[in-house]
Amino acid sequence: MATPINPLERLDEQAVAGAADPPFAAEGADLPPGLGPYKIAWRRLRHNYVALGFGGLFLLILAMCLLAPVYAADIAHIGPNDESQAFNALGPTGIPIGPTWHAHFFLGADTNGRDVAVRLLYGGRTSLFVGAVATLITMVVATVLGTIAGYARGAIDGLLSRFFELLWAYPALLLGIALGVSLQLGGLNVGLFTLHGSSLMVPALVIGVVYIPYVAKPIRAQVLTLREREFVDAARQQGLGPVRIMVGEILPNLSSTIIVFIPLILANAILLEAGLSYLGAGVQPPNPSWGTMISDGIRLIPAAIHLTIVPGVMLVLAVLGINVFGDGLRDALDPRAQVKVRFAKVRRSKAAPAAAAEDTGR
Amino acid sequence: MIRFVLRRLLSCIALLLAISILTFLIFEAMPNSNPALRLAGRTATQVQIDAVEREWGFNKPIYVQYYRTMEKIFTGSVISYTQGINVESQIVSDLPPTLSLAIGAGIIWFFFGVVFGVLAAVRAGRWLDRALTVLSLIGVSTPVFFLGAMLSFYLGFKAGLFPNGDYVNITTNPVQWLYHMILPWCALSAVFIGVYSRVLRSTILDMVNDDFVRTARAKGLTERQVMVRHILRNSLIPIVSLWGLDFASVIGGGAILTESVFNLQGVGEYAAQSIQLLDVPPVLVITMFGAFFVVLLGAVVDIVHAWLDPRVRLSA
Repeated sequence: MATPINPLERLDEQAVAGAADPPFAAEGADLPPGLGPYKIAWRRLRHNYVALGFGGLFLLILAMCLLAPVYAADIAHIGPNDESQAFNALGPTGIPIGPTWHAHFFLGADTNGRDVAVRLLYGGRTSLFVGAVATLITMVVATVLGTIAGYARGAIDGLLSRFFELLWAYPALLLGIALGVSLQLGGLNVGLFTLHGSSLMVPALVIGVVYIPYVAKPIRAQVLTLREREFVDAARQQGLGPVRIMVGEILPNLSSTIIVFIPLILANAILLEAGLSYLGAGVQPPNPSWGTMISDGIRLIPAAIHLTIVPGVMLVLAVLGINVFGDGLRDALDPRAQVKVRFAKVRRSKAAPAAAAEDTGR
Repeated sequence: MIRFVLRRLLSCIALLLAISILTFLIFEAMPNSNPALRLAGRTATQVQIDAVEREWGFNKPIYVQYYRTMEKIFTGSVISYTQGINVESQIVSDLPPTLSLAIGAGIIWFFFGVVFGVLAAVRAGRWLDRALTVLSLIGVSTPVFFLGAMLSFYLGFKAGLFPNGDYVNITTNPVQWLYHMILPWCALSAVFIGVYSRVLRSTILDMVNDDFVRTARAKGLTERQVMVRHILRNSLIPIVSLWGLDFASVIGGGAILTESVFNLQGVGEYAAQSIQLLDVPPVLVITMFGAFFVVLLGAVVDIVHAWLDPRVRLSA
C-alpha cells in the first residue's frame, strides 16, 4: 500500500487533512531503509520513556480495576455496595472515617459505611467500561460515516455533513445532559433493542454519540483527499466497487488517524462520563463510578475530604496516563515531526520536535 | 463579502431549525415513552399529567406538538412543573453570574493560553517547553468540578484566602464580586489554557519554516519582530476562532459544572439542580438556547474570520 512519495509533497495534503496522516513518508535519514511505517513509529515510541511510563500507569490502573472482585473478596472482605457498621466505619460524630491504611477500609469509608477502596476499584471498572464502549461507538460510527461522506461526496456527503454540524453545534456536555436525562427517564425501545433507563449502556451510548462529529469531520476531510489519489484510480480501473475501495484501499490509509484519535476520545469520554455522573445524568446509583463517587464526596466537603480526593486523583491519573501516552503516539505516528527536526537542525542546529495537536477536549 | 455573510447566515438559520427539531425529538419524541409524564415530573398526579398533555398538544399529530413546543419556548411560557416557576424568567434572572464567569474566565484563558503557547514554542524541546507541556496535559486531564472542589477546599476553606463559593452581585459590591469570582475563573480556565497553549505551540511550530517567515528574517528583522508581528499574528487567527466557539459553549452550558461546584446560582446551576430533580422543562429550554447561542456566535466568528482573512471568503 505504501506508495513512495516525496515527503515535502505530502506536507500540503496533511495540512488539508487536519489530523495526523499515515507515516508512509516518514523514513528519516537516521533510520534504516525498508522499514514499514508502524515499525518506524514503534521505534520512535520505544525511546519515548515518558509516554511509555504513563501508558504503563494507565495499564496498571486498568489491571487494578479488573482485579476489583479479588480485592473485595480476599483482602477487604466487603462488597462495593455493602454497608458496614463494623470496624467503626463511621466515627463518633457520624462522620465517615478517613484512610486506615489497613486491609479493612484501606482508603476510609463513605457515609453509608461502604469501603472507599473497594468502591474505587469497582467505580474504575464502570468508568473505564463506559469510556471504552463510548470510544468504540464513536470510532466505528464516525469512521463509517466519515468514509462514506468523503467517498460518496454530493448529496450523501451534504446530508451526513449537516448531521455532523448539527451534533457539533451542541456543547458536548449539554448534548450529553439532554440525551442522558431523556434516556434515563424513558429508556430506549427501538424494535428488538431495549435499554433500561438505569443501564450502564445509556451513558456509554450518549457519550459515544456526542463525540461522533469530532472524529467524523477530520476523517471525511482526509478521505476527500485520499479518493483523488492514483491508487484509488487504479482500483477503480480494475473494476472494484465502491465498498471494496473504501474497505480495501481507503480504510488502511486512515488507520493512523484512527489510532491517534482512540486515546484522545477515550480520555475525553472518561471525563465526560465523570461530568455527567457528577450532575446525575450519567451512571445511576448505587453503581459506583469515579464521577458518582466525586459527586457524593463533594457534598461532604469539608467534613470528609478523602471522599473527593481518592476518586478524583485516580480519575486524573488514569486520564493523564491516556493523554500522555496518546501524545507520544501522535508524535511517533506523525511524519512531520521527523521532517521538522531535520529542518530545525539545518537552520540553527536546535531540535524542535513538533506535535500536531488537534484537541477535541473542549 | 456580502455574499459570504448572506450564505453564512442562511446556513445558520437552517442549523437553528435543525437544532430545534433535534431538541424536540430528544425530549418529546423518544420512542415508546410518554412525554407528558416526563415533563410533569416524578411527583405529578394523573390530573396534572392530563393537563400537560393538553397544554403541549401531545394528543395531537407530531407537527402540532413541535409547533406548540416552539410557541411555548419563544413566547416564554414554559413552566417547570416540579418547581412551579416560569423557566425563562428564571434563566434571565440567573444570567449575571453566568456572564461574569464566562467573560472573566474567557479573558484569563485566552491570555495565559497565548503566553504559555508562545513560550513553549520559542523554547521548543527545552525544559520550559517540557514543563509547560506537562502542566497543560494535567490541565486537560483534570475535571473542572474536581479542580474546583480542591481549590475551594484548600485555598478557600483551609487557608481562608478566598471565599467558599457563592456569588455577589457586581452592582452591590464590585470588590466582593471580584474576590468571589477568582477561584471559579481559575478552575474553569485551567482546561482551556491547556488546550490553547498546545494548539498555539503546534501552529507556531508548523509556521516557523514557512516562506514568509524566511522572508521576514532575510529582511533583517529581529527574532522578536518575526515572532510577534509575523508568526504570532498569523497563528492567532485559528486561536481567535476557537476562542469564539469555546466562549459561546461556556455561556451556552459549558459552565454548568463550575457553577454548581462554586454555588454561583447562575443558569448552569439552575440546569444542574433541574437535572438532579429530573425536571425536564428547564433542561429542554437551556439545551435549546445553549445550542442556539453557540451557532449564532459561531456565525459571528466566521464572519469576523472572513473579514480578517480573505482566503476564508473564497474557500467557503
